[in-house]
Amino acid sequence: MEQQLYGIFLYGVFLLTMGGIYAVLTLGLNIQWGFTGLFNAGVAGFFAIGAYTTAIVTSAASERHLGGYGLPVAAGLVAAMVASAVIAWGVGRICIRLRADYLAIATLGIAEIFRLVLKNEVWATNGPRGISLIPKPFEHLPEPWNQVGMLLLVFAVVAVLYVLLERARRSPWGRVMAAIRENEAAARAAGKDVERLRIEAFVLGAALMGLGGALMAHHIKFIEPNAAEPVSATFLVWVMLVIGGAANNRGAVFGAILIWTIWSTAEILSARLPPEWAVKSAYLRIFLVGLALQIILQRFPGGIFRERRFRTAPSSSTREQPP
Amino acid sequence: MNAAAHSGSVAPPAPGRGAAPLLELEGLTRRFGGLTAVDRCSFAIEAGRITGMIGPNGAGKTTIFSMVAGALRPSAGRILFDGEDIGGVPTHRLFHRGIVRTFQIPHEFGRLTVLENLMAVPAAQPGERLWPVWLSPRAVARREREVRERAEDALRFLTLWELRDELAMHLSGGQKKLLELGRAMMTSPRLVLLDEPGAGVNPTLLARLREMILELNRERGYTFVVIEHDMDFIASLCERVIVLSQGAVLTEGPMERVRRDPRVLDAYLGGDEENEGATGTGTPAGGDASRAGTAAGRAAGEGHGGALGAGATDPGESPP
Ligand SMILES: Nc1ncnc2c1ncn2[C@@H]1O[C@H](COP(=O)(O)OP(=O)(O)OP(=O)(O)O)[C@@H](O)[C@H]1O
Ligand SMILES: [Mg+2]
Repeated sequence: MEQQLYGIFLYGVFLLTMGGIYAVLTLGLNIQWGFTGLFNAGVAGFFAIGAYTTAIVTSAASERHLGGYGLPVAAGLVAAMVASAVIAWGVGRICIRLRADYLAIATLGIAEIFRLVLKNEVWATNGPRGISLIPKPFEHLPEPWNQVGMLLLVFAVVAVLYVLLERARRSPWGRVMAAIRENEAAARAAGKDVERLRIEAFVLGAALMGLGGALMAHHIKFIEPNAAEPVSATFLVWVMLVIGGAANNRGAVFGAILIWTIWSTAEILSARLPPEWAVKSAYLRIFLVGLALQIILQRFPGGIFRERRFRTAPSSSTREQPP
Repeated sequence: MNAAAHSGSVAPPAPGRGAAPLLELEGLTRRFGGLTAVDRCSFAIEAGRITGMIGPNGAGKTTIFSMVAGALRPSAGRILFDGEDIGGVPTHRLFHRGIVRTFQIPHEFGRLTVLENLMAVPAAQPGERLWPVWLSPRAVARREREVRERAEDALRFLTLWELRDELAMHLSGGQKKLLELGRAMMTSPRLVLLDEPGAGVNPTLLARLREMILELNRERGYTFVVIEHDMDFIASLCERVIVLSQGAVLTEGPMERVRRDPRVLDAYLGGDEENEGATGTGTPAGGDASRAGTAAGRAAGEGHGGALGAGATDPGESPP
């Protein structure tokens, strides 16, 4: 009995840690899509850049891949953000003028190119076999404190990001990003440097995606190119944001934890299926998440948490209908 | 900043070239595929004056505004602002040099509140950068209060105060038009391009709008170019009117003269499309153009047409 409870506790810790890491990714996408209206379909790409960057700078020397710098995890996280940001800046310089749908296609393609590079540049990344033995914070602590420590670290990161991004959202910065999202021509006519501001949002969002990827790499202690598959990273993060509520930071965090719970519960369920069904379980998960998307968006069209705008009168939030 | 403006408003309009043209178009041309929307247009706008721009639908008025505001690139010709060629300068830079335009079709920020729509406009907001937002919130809040006060004043003037917390997407067509003007009121420009500011606006407010334009012109020296289909509105506001037809300047001069120019009447009434008739809503003198009165309401779209526009104007009220 006690064994079982302990198992459930550990599972809960693992679940929440993963949910928190996805929350970092979703907060990043929220800056791009929710605040600014940038359709980035290449979340997986920036995730992978972050994960591989930290893997290379923090892991011990190995003949199989680039690395052996043995830097502390904190340095790895920073390096991951910087690497993703720099690459996002380059991508943004080229693609940011594109209309939303073209930007989606371009970023999707770029992310796939990253994945192929990671798979094929074996000297640096160990190819499809990936990089293992990535250090994990608190791993010298005894069970379960090592797991709990990681959970707390992830949630500390989420909390700091949440506070910073809430401030940003409520500020004139958030307002100008929303103005660009709502009407680009009018924003230009109001003197806003739309290109520069969109690149800023794109880079900041990508930095958070890189951070999410790095946290994931340290948590799992392993990274391989398939982790950057469009379904597990890009698709899932998008569903999390849309369900939670785009342009709402609380929605982004909530959506990440909710959808991750559904996603991984589906995995447990499918493990109990007869083996000949297990192959299909991957599709079952996608089906379940798609179903959740349908049901929730029917009930809450703007996501569970709607965008909140500044109001002078505090009680007017109920007045959502046209006058 | 205001040097050019004040020299213009003081100096009498010299014959030929004005004392200080703030804006000059030289052979400005814009083609869309096979269509020449603006065809070798040349004229000057004197600093410190209110100039009208009229012409039938599709004459190219909005296209000229878009080029001057940097939203469209000219196919040929030059645009000189304050003597400098501004062809190819991006819109947001021109805003900071003092060119402000409003859109004929309202361009509101739909999912921002009405108040936020105006607060988003002013320049020099430190809060539009992230570091001040995170590191010096006090300075940001201070500027934010100023911006908010100014926006609130504008909303009161525009009778949109009650709607300040409403999302702009929920406003009516006319209210969106007012919001469009509100955005122009949030700046201290040198040249204001108003594209049919009165369309869909009720006559009482239209009269106040005219007062406001006259006051801003008189007291702060803003230069205005106003596109309008309501001839009386234009007549009461502008000494000089530029008439466009099929992309070219047909004639220019004081409203009274332009109004009786047979070529102008032809441009409105003739042409192949009957719908183009959009002359003034009743000439006070009851001249030939009054025949177009009924067509005007229709052609002005969401317009304040016929009876509303006329009568709100007293011919004696023309600017000095
Ligand atoms: N982006 C565009 N692409 C193609 N054609 C255009 C474009 N913009 C304008 N035109 C065409 O150019 C011509 C002039 O249009 P414009 O909007 O400047 O007219 P206008 O004088 O403002 O008319 P209105 O009084 O109806 O507003 C029209 O024939 C229009 O169809
Ligand atoms: Mg027009």
